[in-house]
Amino acid sequence: MTKFSTLSEAIEANVHDGDRVALEGFTHLIPFAAGHEIIRQGRRNLTLVRMTPDIIYDQLIGMGCASKLIFSWAGNPGAGSLHRFRDAVEREIPGPLAIEEHSHAGMATRYAASASGLPFGILRGYAGTDLVEVTDNVRFVSCPFTGESLAAVPALDLDVGIICAQQADRQGNVMLWGITGVQKETVLSAKRSIVLVEEIVEHFVPHVNGVVLPNWVVGTVVECPSGSFPSYAQDYSERANDFYAYWEPISRDRDRFLAWMGEHVLMTETNAGFLASLDSHLVESTRA
Amino acid sequence: MPSDVVQDVTWTSDEMMAVAAARELSDGTVCFVGIGLPSTAANLARATHAPHVVLIYESGCIGAKPDRIPPSIGDGVLSVSADAVVGVPEIFAYWLQAGRIDVGFLGAAQVDRWGNINTTVVGNYQSPAVRLPGAGGAPEIAASCDRVIITLRHSARGLVEKIDFITSLGHGDGSGVRERLGLPGRGPQAIITDLGVLRYDDSQHQFLLSEVHPGVGVDDVLAATGWPLLVADSLHETPAPTTSELSALRSFTGA
Repeated sequence: MTKFSTLSEAIEANVHDGDRVALEGFTHLIPFAAGHEIIRQGRRNLTLVRMTPDIIYDQLIGMGCASKLIFSWAGNPGAGSLHRFRDAVEREIPGPLAIEEHSHAGMATRYAASASGLPFGILRGYAGTDLVEVTDNVRFVSCPFTGESLAAVPALDLDVGIICAQQADRQGNVMLWGITGVQKETVLSAKRSIVLVEEIVEHFVPHVNGVVLPNWVVGTVVECPSGSFPSYAQDYSERANDFYAYWEPISRDRDRFLAWMGEHVLMTETNAGFLASLDSHLVESTRA
Repeated sequence: MPSDVVQDVTWTSDEMMAVAAARELSDGTVCFVGIGLPSTAANLARATHAPHVVLIYESGCIGAKPDRIPPSIGDGVLSVSADAVVGVPEIFAYWLQAGRIDVGFLGAAQVDRWGNINTTVVGNYQSPAVRLPGAGGAPEIAASCDRVIITLRHSARGLVEKIDFITSLGHGDGSGVRERLGLPGRGPQAIITDLGVLRYDDSQHQFLLSEVHPGVGVDDVLAATGWPLLVADSLHETPAPTTSELSALRSFTGA
């Protein structure tokens, strides 16, 4: 049954040094607040997993929380590079970062295989690319019926899966809608899951494209309004596009990055405190 | 297509590139759209000559009809305006892999004469000079869409003799690699740049210069290409952007 807790308790109880952890979100519903709390609690040696590592992964990597990244596209969408990620890969700053690199289709197949309890998934993919040369976890199998060669990728089993969603009810069922990405698969692929919700409601009102996760597959629910900022939660907030541009020069300069992380993450204790520490213009335009 | 050409209107080379890319899409085409120029071009096509083009974004949005150019592939304007929103495993499996997409629009950091694309690293993979974002959806878009259109700014750093990493397979080395691997799609058919348009020639097994944009000389294009680019017999000048194309484009970009 779902446990309700505070964010700091949820991270303390579920995320341990050395764990394989995904904080998923496909532009929408990215659990930034959970990443900040992992940084505050000083986790180390994590294997981070994400289809689209963005600013929160730049922060986790730059603060030395990760030793490996499994991913398919690492960038600051619409704004440029992740400079803390690039410094780790290009110059081993703050330390070496092993990478395991896939395509989106491959990562999605890996999540779906894990959610299905299978050891691997198949897709028509990767053929003829150099990803096959550099990623040992891409292999090929023959279809037993037609003989067609297909790519095989192992299930992406997680220690911890963390997502945002719009709502939970008091029984701990979770509902999300809009772009749902691989949110469901992340929870179903994880031994332990944490879901940050905008709001806890008495009853769900069905939504187009709504996804419901029943309470018996949800580990811990945290009520954390704007926990996805600067990402967004459809019908609760809008994406803070300005923040993604604002991040570019901070990420570029390691000293400036460390000072920013100190002021806004390490010196604050909660997501509300983090949001209050930011210039108001970055936050105000995102209220839906 | 262009019916109201007005020669005294000026435009930028980036605008010409977006217009040329948009013209590649005919009405009703089902198009898998990446962020950046591909998204701009696809939305321009929808606003001008191809109102029924179907835009599919890898975030799971099918039939998105944004009223502005979204800054990311997961922008709220895409899901709210879409005919359907599905999960990411489904968009890649049921829709792309199953062969339901006509055109894939891809960007590139490096591309070669066979349309192979690098978006992974400049330099050596293990110790790269520049680490790029990586593959995203591109390898399977390049494999499974019926045809692929590549857009990038024209420079000898981008259009190179040999790419540093094959992120997405084009035509390999021109010797029929796609057929041997059994890839469903026909691969890259056009490379649209700010200087002109290159088209894949099945008999010469490489991309040829087939259009130069107005005001651009063939020598300019050859000098900005990192391999000895061959010129098609049918070389001609790209029709200039029309006023309706430019006004639609500028309404998106705010220019």
